[in-house]
Amino acid sequence: MTAARNVVLIARRELLAMVGTMTGWVILAAVLAVDGLLFNGFALEGIRRSADVLTRFFYFSSGTTMVAAIFISMRLLAEERQAGTLPLLYASPVQDVEIVLGKFFAGFLFLCGLTLLTAYMPLLILVHGKVSAGHLAAGYLGLFLLGSACVAVGTFASALARTQIVAGIVGGALLVALLVTWQLSRVAEPPFAGLFAALALHNLHFVPFESGVIHLRDVAYYLLMTWVLLFAATRVVEARRWR
Amino acid sequence: MIQVDGLTKYYGARAAIRDLSFRISSGEVVGFLGLNGAGKTTTLKILAAVLLPSSGTVRIDGMDVAQAPRSLKQRIGYLPEEAPLYDEMTVGEYLRFVAELHGVSAARASAAVEAVEERTDLRSAHAELLGSLSHGYRQRVGVAQALVHGPSILLLDEPSKGLDPAQIIEMRTLLRSLRTTHTVLVSSHILPEIAQTCDRLLVIRDGELVAQGTEHELEQRLGGSGSVVVEVRGSAAAAESALRGVEGVRCVTVVSGDEDRVELRADAPEALRPAIARAVLAAGLDLLRLDVGQDRLESLFLRLTGGTEA
Repeated sequence: MTAARNVVLIARRELLAMVGTMTGWVILAAVLAVDGLLFNGFALEGIRRSADVLTRFFYFSSGTTMVAAIFISMRLLAEERQAGTLPLLYASPVQDVEIVLGKFFAGFLFLCGLTLLTAYMPLLILVHGKVSAGHLAAGYLGLFLLGSACVAVGTFASALARTQIVAGIVGGALLVALLVTWQLSRVAEPPFAGLFAALALHNLHFVPFESGVIHLRDVAYYLLMTWVLLFAATRVVEARRWR
Repeated sequence: MIQVDGLTKYYGARAAIRDLSFRISSGEVVGFLGLNGAGKTTTLKILAAVLLPSSGTVRIDGMDVAQAPRSLKQRIGYLPEEAPLYDEMTVGEYLRFVAELHGVSAARASAAVEAVEERTDLRSAHAELLGSLSHGYRQRVGVAQALVHGPSILLLDEPSKGLDPAQIIEMRTLLRSLRTTHTVLVSSHILPEIAQTCDRLLVIRDGELVAQGTEHELEQRLGGSGSVVVEVRGSAAAAESALRGVEGVRCVTVVSGDEDRVELRADAPEALRPAIARAVLAAGLDLLRLDVGQDRLESLFLRLTGGTEA
């Protein structure tokens, strides 16, 4: 109970900081603008079936979600260290895992809010076409799960780095590494080919969501990825108490 | 009670503190004195469970701080060297956040914030953004955040750092007001500052505890490092001779003066002032001024901490 309260307290403060400063609004505006441009330029290009337009929408939204997740999460712990506020959390009756979870949930909730604001685009398809609610729900579930894993990547990078910029670079590099493992799977021999393919952040696991298909395997993958990265971030935060 | 035993902390190969051991009783206000880099901040961080020691233990009422149960941390208020403030929050929001983080219920948090704002004279700044506050106010908010959850132990790392004289006096008054209700460990590299507020001093040099005791005890141990300034009307030679005749005076220097007015400095404990006054009068001189030398505390501090005397 106390743990949950602490997580909520830390997440709430972080969320208020995001909406109370320009950074959060700039990220939000940039993502919506890019999504809108891509929707207009690519998804609505030519004559397509509504389902195809929606699939394309989720495809490019996954890209903006990943980039936004890194920008949102790079500040989470690195900024506390830069501003000298981490000792406040360390000296409080709060466990390291609660600090990490509070930070993660703040970033994740902000990303979810931002993602939901893109809903007007698929709803526009309804004006001249027909969209399945299942397809819509599956696509957004995929974006949330992908976003969760990416915010966890950023949280881990933010725990490692001393500054936000370095956290952004480390987070971006980790994200790219997780994206290109599918290419490694093409050139690697079994059993590594299968392992690399399974690890890839986007190709194998996100594509079904784009098309409105939910595999338990993919849901488990994103949740596991989130858990592993948050576990690693917690270990890094704990290790900081030794230095 | 705070019990520190064999506390050692290495940063890489460098030992920031080595084998520190001391005790602080409940209700004591203890000054932690040392030059910059002596290991004060590292020690306070370990006491606040912000940092883990390489070896040794810190126990508060028998509980190991490194294990840091929630109930123990709720009893500690910690002000780091730089006040840990979130610039985008107002003073009230921030203090409420810190109170709730330390286990104060949401229902009681408003009252706790109001009380600590009264105590630290921050009521007028309640709605101010932390980012817009002056250094003095930021430091005051830093102390307020250490107090807001009602801890019984306060660890304050250089609370007077960067404050102007008026703010230093306010901070001193605040520390004095905590004397009966809190156990306080306050670090500083300014001896006169903490000598006036603390019951006892711990002196750290190059990571090792080199002395502890009251200011008077430390002075005694160093063979009396004080000086007394005397101003008389009369001959400088007669005055010098009179002072040299007082038992316990180690050295006498004529600082300035002419035939009517002479200022002398005698290296002697301040307790010798009555004897010095009698000697001056017995020599037929007029005593115009008798004061404790202003450099007494600085001299003691430099001797204790290994600094260089000018």
